Amino acid sequence: MSALNRLQITWRAAQDIEDGQVVNLGIGLPVHCSDYLRPEVDVILQSENGVIGVGPLAAKDKADPDLVDAGSRRITLRPGASIVDSSWSFAMIRGGHIDVTILGAFEVAANGDLANWDMRVPNRGPLVGGAMDLAACAREVRVIMEHVTRKGAPRLLEKCALPLTAVKCVTRVYTDLAVVDVTSSGFVVREMVEISRADLQNKTGAPLTFAPDCKTLTAPAIVEQP
Amino acid sequence: MPIDKRVEFAKALDGVSDGATVFITGFGGAGFPNKLIRALAERGPKNLTLVVNSSTHRYSLTHELIANDQVRKVICTAARGHDKEPSPFETRWMDGKIELEMVPQGSFTERIRAGGAGIPAFYTPVGFGTELAQRKEVRRFGDRDYVLEHAISGDLALVRADTADRTGNLVFNYAQMNFGPVMASAAKLSVAEVRTVSDELLPRERIQLPGMYVDRVVAV
Repeated sequence: MSALNRLQITWRAAQDIEDGQVVNLGIGLPVHCSDYLRPEVDVILQSENGVIGVGPLAAKDKADPDLVDAGSRRITLRPGASIVDSSWSFAMIRGGHIDVTILGAFEVAANGDLANWDMRVPNRGPLVGGAMDLAACAREVRVIMEHVTRKGAPRLLEKCALPLTAVKCVTRVYTDLAVVDVTSSGFVVREMVEISRADLQNKTGAPLTFAPDCKTLTAPAIVEQP
Repeated sequence: MPIDKRVEFAKALDGVSDGATVFITGFGGAGFPNKLIRALAERGPKNLTLVVNSSTHRYSLTHELIANDQVRKVICTAARGHDKEPSPFETRWMDGKIELEMVPQGSFTERIRAGGAGIPAFYTPVGFGTELAQRKEVRRFGDRDYVLEHAISGDLALVRADTADRTGNLVFNYAQMNFGPVMASAAKLSVAEVRTVSDELLPRERIQLPGMYVDRVVAV
């Protein structure tokens, strides 16, 4: 079995982004999707803080402390970019103008429920940010996450145990082991690494069905920085 | 008399008193009015309600107001500290000394916009089916469920911008804009902290927030 590393999961998610889409990439791992877009694909990256047309990270000597994305990263603007205020930025999100959002998650349920904002960390305050807006209102919500927790517990479940971000919103999940669609009849595996179907099912907390044309999940070698 | 909103820094917060609801701009590292936040800490009004994106942000001084025990309640979208040790907000919140109202960010900014736009409440699909919508009114429109969110208006807005003119017109640097326009519109008194005040009136096409929403301007 050759499970994907985290950047390889990101690479796989990036392959499904289509030319001309307006895309919001979640804070953390998902923002790296922009490094792996197919060469013919040109997209508008929207960030919740109002930047429409996020470009690559800024070089240290050229960074402006006010030119940041929602994750406080110092960025550049792509040609044709614009910046709006927060209420316009979220009107854009709520109004269905974001074609795809790719988010990290703790848990996804077989009906598409998403839990990605509150891990119930003891002694820490909660943090929701724009997660609920994106999950509830982007036209398509895709998730990147590891198939199981560090302790080996499934993250794909019948029902989320952690607090929900939004109900019935996720359409596709990319993990280190599989690409899984959320359909009206539950989880459908589209691609999987070379393990047995029984092993994949054992690592999943809800029934899997396998697409008739289920493919092998592979990605180019990408070294993860420690 | 020509409109002139420029004030001495020492008078920027004149009239601010205990119990005020205070908006503070800033998100993602940009647009924190840190000089005004510190001036509010030094002035020392108590029992404040802060309406701010993050209770604690690495580049914001909001935590000083909380560490000073000037704050009774925080309405925000992020209440997590960034260090291993709990933040001043987190310790007070866990001890029950400070109230927290956590709001999804789009509902947060829209509630403030509504506060400045004469809309008492609105329905949004965001938050439906989650803990943050508990005890909120739900109504179905078409085939979807929506949550009723109420407007937020307040007493004071502390707004960071780049350039002002004497009439209070504001221009922001890149992502500094974030909550500035809505917060200025929803507060009785809006004070802008800017890098510079232009001697000339700003050209129409550059103005991002009309000066009618801004009461006082200080250059820092």
